[in-house]
Amino acid sequence: MSTTVTDATVPPLAPTTASSTLRVVRASRLPNWLTPILAAAGLGLLAFLPAFAPQSETALFVNVFVLLTMALMWNLLAGYAGMVSIGQQAFVGLGAYGVLIFAKSGMEPVASLPLAAIAAAIIALPVSLLVFRLRGGYFAIATWVVADLAMQVIDSISAVGGGTGENVPGLSSLSPAAFGRVTYFAALAVVALALAASYGLLRSRLGLVLAAVRDDEVGARSAGARVMRARRIVFVVAALGCGAAGALLAVSQLQVQPASVFNVQWSAEMIFATLIGGIGTLEGPILGTVIFFVLQQNLANDGAWYLIIFGSLAVLIAIWAPKGIFGLIDRRFAISLFPLGHRVEHLSRPASAPPAPVAANPTSSRGGAVGAAGPPA
Amino acid sequence: MAWVNALLQGILIGGFYALFACGLSLLFGVMGIINLAHGDLAVIAAFIALTIAPATGLPIVWSFVLVVPIFAIGGYLLQRTLLQASLDRSPFTTLLVTFGLSVVIENVVLEVFTSNGQSLNIGSLIANSFNPSTAISISYFSLVVLAIAVVVLACLQLFLSKTMTGRLIRAVADDREAAQLSGANYRHLFAIAAAIAFATVALAGMAYGMYTEFSFSSGSANLLFAFEAVVIGGIGSLWGTLVGGVVLGIAQQVGAQINPAYQILAGHLVFLAVLAIRPRGLFGVRAAT
Repeated sequence: MSTTVTDATVPPLAPTTASSTLRVVRASRLPNWLTPILAAAGLGLLAFLPAFAPQSETALFVNVFVLLTMALMWNLLAGYAGMVSIGQQAFVGLGAYGVLIFAKSGMEPVASLPLAAIAAAIIALPVSLLVFRLRGGYFAIATWVVADLAMQVIDSISAVGGGTGENVPGLSSLSPAAFGRVTYFAALAVVALALAASYGLLRSRLGLVLAAVRDDEVGARSAGARVMRARRIVFVVAALGCGAAGALLAVSQLQVQPASVFNVQWSAEMIFATLIGGIGTLEGPILGTVIFFVLQQNLANDGAWYLIIFGSLAVLIAIWAPKGIFGLIDRRFAISLFPLGHRVEHLSRPASAPPAPVAANPTSSRGGAVGAAGPPA
Repeated sequence: MAWVNALLQGILIGGFYALFACGLSLLFGVMGIINLAHGDLAVIAAFIALTIAPATGLPIVWSFVLVVPIFAIGGYLLQRTLLQASLDRSPFTTLLVTFGLSVVIENVVLEVFTSNGQSLNIGSLIANSFNPSTAISISYFSLVVLAIAVVVLACLQLFLSKTMTGRLIRAVADDREAAQLSGANYRHLFAIAAAIAFATVALAGMAYGMYTEFSFSSGSANLLFAFEAVVIGGIGSLWGTLVGGVVLGIAQQVGAQINPAYQILAGHLVFLAVLAIRPRGLFGVRAAT
């Protein structure tokens, strides 16, 4: 997109090309008015879905939105902040149990959804103090330990049903059709917010800090980037999003059980969806989530094979196409809908220069010194 | 007396955890990667032993004679292919690849062996115990596992410090470029380290299967316990791993003594306490970065 993000009109690179001026722009060939229009159209279309789709379809869409929210959050963590968490199910579970606890105290379950998500985010803050002492693989398993700890704790509290879990009260008065609509719109709101928040966060100063850290951590630190603070914000935001996803699970499934909401499979699905679609882009998790549900729907009668295929695909893509399927598409066509990277364009060129705007380096038009946010490779 | 027993049982369980953890510790020490499929590899080892013992007529106790070499070869090959390819990309990729493998393995085991719990039946060997008093029972089998763990750790230590290959592995771990300049083939050496790690995890998995019931999903708990043993003991210290395993075992048994539901919880809490108070671990030579 050709929005000039900074007034970074830099001086000419060499005195001989005095007439050439460079401009840093967002890296996409699509015009910049397309994203809001497509977003509005998509949201509008999805908002009308319950009017003509049967409830079984909208229930499937709720699951799509839940996974997409989680994948977007994991993408923030790993794709931008470089933190591989395998314990996001901790916050999924806490969000789900938040809804149960608020509903048991008499709140409307759907109304308690934001509170449950915020509760998960609040818990993430002290958790970050501990797990941030470890890096890389050790950080990854430490988050998993925290998730298992959360499950063990909930498991031992009989007031919330112990190991067998409990039904969420307060939704049984709704008719099936009204219940389907309520959960659908709640899920749509959550996923729209998750997408908007990711986009906003990454285009903000924080996104720039994260990109700088990823490209050169020592350099970023010495330039004054507050790395820990940036990571902590991302960790808490990811907990907020995963908490909201878990709260949606509790509302849509009408019951919570520790072994289900704290299952590491949530992390597996969000990780695989992100890797396959394309880590370090916002389109990637969307594409990956769609692929996941297409696979799952087609292999619904074949037990765990959908997960085996999805996981194997994720492994192969992580090694041989680390930017995922969207990365392959974007490298060829540069059609990012949510452009977060930058490229350098010539404002005015010497006559000998090629007529089309050229990226500083075509193969890394989303990278380079200006920094496109992406996975630390 | 019940508390003394809990303490003793904790020490014995610590042997299991140390046996689980040494492969994890070795791979991290040499390649700087965490193998998230470690626990699931142990589970496959137990299932393979379960399958090949009746097929070959070998008593289950002796099935390690086949399973351990199979795992060593498998570890070498996996390292030369998938793991090395991911390592060439980045440690970040390796982490994700081993996690993917973990999920894939777990679900393949589920599809092939169903979700039923299994155990490796070694008959009366498991039941024999030494009872110095009525409240205390020391299983000979657990003692043997503890002894195996000590022997494996001692062998690893000797291998890494005394043999040419072991020294080359350490050289490559310390400074890959310099070791390469001296003619060390790091891919081969990494694969040898992986072969050793896979062999130890096969031993651990079989010991676990003989000791208790296992199923497709037992792997992640084993991974977490092995990891906790490594961090409590201190990253980079082989003998620390043994102490970490024992500390974790004691924490779990003492927790279970308070309330059976607190067994795993107590272990996790001790792990987090160590992380909060002494992130280097008890014998750590460096911080866990």
